[in-house]
Amino acid sequence: MSALLEVRGLTVAYGAIEAVRDISFVVETGQIVCLIGANGAGKTTTLRTISGLLRPRAGDILFDGQSIANQPAHAILGAGVAHCPEGRRLFARMTVEENLLLGAYTRTDDGVTTDVQRVYDLFPVLGERRHNKAGLFSGGEQQMLAIGRAMMSRPRLLMLDEPSMGLSPIMTQKIFDTLADLKAQGTTILLVEQNALAALALCDRGYVVDLGRTTLEGPGHELLADHRVRAAYLGEG
Amino acid sequence: MVTLLQQLVNGIVLGGLLAFITLGYTMVYGIIQLINFAHGEVFMVGSYAALATYLWALPSGIQSTWYLALPIVILAGAAFSVLVAVIMERFAYRPLRNAPRLAPLITALGISVFLQEAVRNFFPDGTRPKAFPEVFPEGQLTFLGVTVPASGLLLVVMAIILTGALQLYVNTSKLGRAMRATAQDPDTARLMGINPDRVIVLTFILGAALAGVGGVLYGVHYDNINITIGFQNGIFAFTAAVLGGIGSLRGAVVGAFCIGLIKTLAGQYMPGGTAYDYVWIFVILILVLVFRPQGFFGETERVRA
Repeated sequence: MSALLEVRGLTVAYGAIEAVRDISFVVETGQIVCLIGANGAGKTTTLRTISGLLRPRAGDILFDGQSIANQPAHAILGAGVAHCPEGRRLFARMTVEENLLLGAYTRTDDGVTTDVQRVYDLFPVLGERRHNKAGLFSGGEQQMLAIGRAMMSRPRLLMLDEPSMGLSPIMTQKIFDTLADLKAQGTTILLVEQNALAALALCDRGYVVDLGRTTLEGPGHELLADHRVRAAYLGEG
Repeated sequence: MVTLLQQLVNGIVLGGLLAFITLGYTMVYGIIQLINFAHGEVFMVGSYAALATYLWALPSGIQSTWYLALPIVILAGAAFSVLVAVIMERFAYRPLRNAPRLAPLITALGISVFLQEAVRNFFPDGTRPKAFPEVFPEGQLTFLGVTVPASGLLLVVMAIILTGALQLYVNTSKLGRAMRATAQDPDTARLMGINPDRVIVLTFILGAALAGVGGVLYGVHYDNINITIGFQNGIFAFTAAVLGGIGSLRGAVVGAFCIGLIKTLAGQYMPGGTAYDYVWIFVILILVLVFRPQGFFGETERVRA
């Protein structure tokens, strides 16, 4: 096992407010790692900094041993990090197909058409309505499209921010099953979730983020059994 | 009746002219939410670059052969407009990308004054209007008593072809898709690997090329150019962009033809005649801003999660 992504002492601030303070974690190749924690804990900020949308104030981000901390977002995607953002952020006025092609924007190889077809095979509802505008789909279908779009760049690391947000339990399960499939196909995944139960059950390693720091870490099943996690995030007193 | 038809023809010609400018306004707004008030000047410098090329670069044999002279001056005008727009974006707007919106807006007004004064000072006898050379045969079609000048026909045909080509490019090409993505959601576009700087430059280039062609055709059709044509037509084009729904390409073209028709019809039929035709354009602008600020095809609100 080797570290694909290593975040070291990362601090990110909006003006005077530090949303992330000295956070550190490691994502090993082939693993699913999740960050759980309450709203405002700094999880989304962490992902946005890794993908280059925000600049760190301190600390470093290593991808495959190379620092990507001050690279522009398009270069980080090019290096192999895809970010499926919170709220899905599809291009609502473009078609399913256009969204997928945008996911493959940096690619120049001729496998793009095949990969579009693979997304349609994985999510048939998208293939059937490929020329419909993305904004017309249900939340679950949009999330599938958002994941499909992120996978179109053939990333080595897929980061997902709250993929279960606003979805029914059945749809959430379907999304998490998809993530397990993607892992089985060799994609390394960094997952941010408020649905701690589902996320910890799925992941190899979890980190609890609280007020911009990691407070607990361990294998997913151990965290799931930890009484502090159960009290704070799984609604058990 | 003949008068009405004649004014409709004149309005369509003016609309075609405005369409060349309006598209640049609306595209730049769509991408970076900047009302580029210097865009009219990009149109004006295209006109002057064509004149300069004709006067000082073309041998007389080519000067007198319109089918050679016309494409050359059009390309020269468009190329110079693109150059000016690229420099403007790189050195004036890009450093202000993250500044409050008012800063680039005021900068745009400054660039507008700068470009007008630059042409006034550096073009020989720049203060006086200039006769534009004959690079298209004089001629006209007369139909039911209505006169359609050949240059007007050229202008409208070119406007339709080029605005159509632009729409096709933006809607079907990979870079066009990147432009639309950046306009809809800049952050997510960056997550797709789109370099926003490149998309923004491309947007300025496309808008400037059209404005430059429009500037040359303005000279061809109206025979005279002066340093204020950019400001004047730029304001009309801005109104057209707002009317059509700023950010919308289709809206820009429809808005341009509407404003062209409103100006000529108001000049003919409204009290005050042509002396007051500007007034009606701004009355329309105010009415649109009050009652339908999103215009014909604009969006009521940008969706941002």
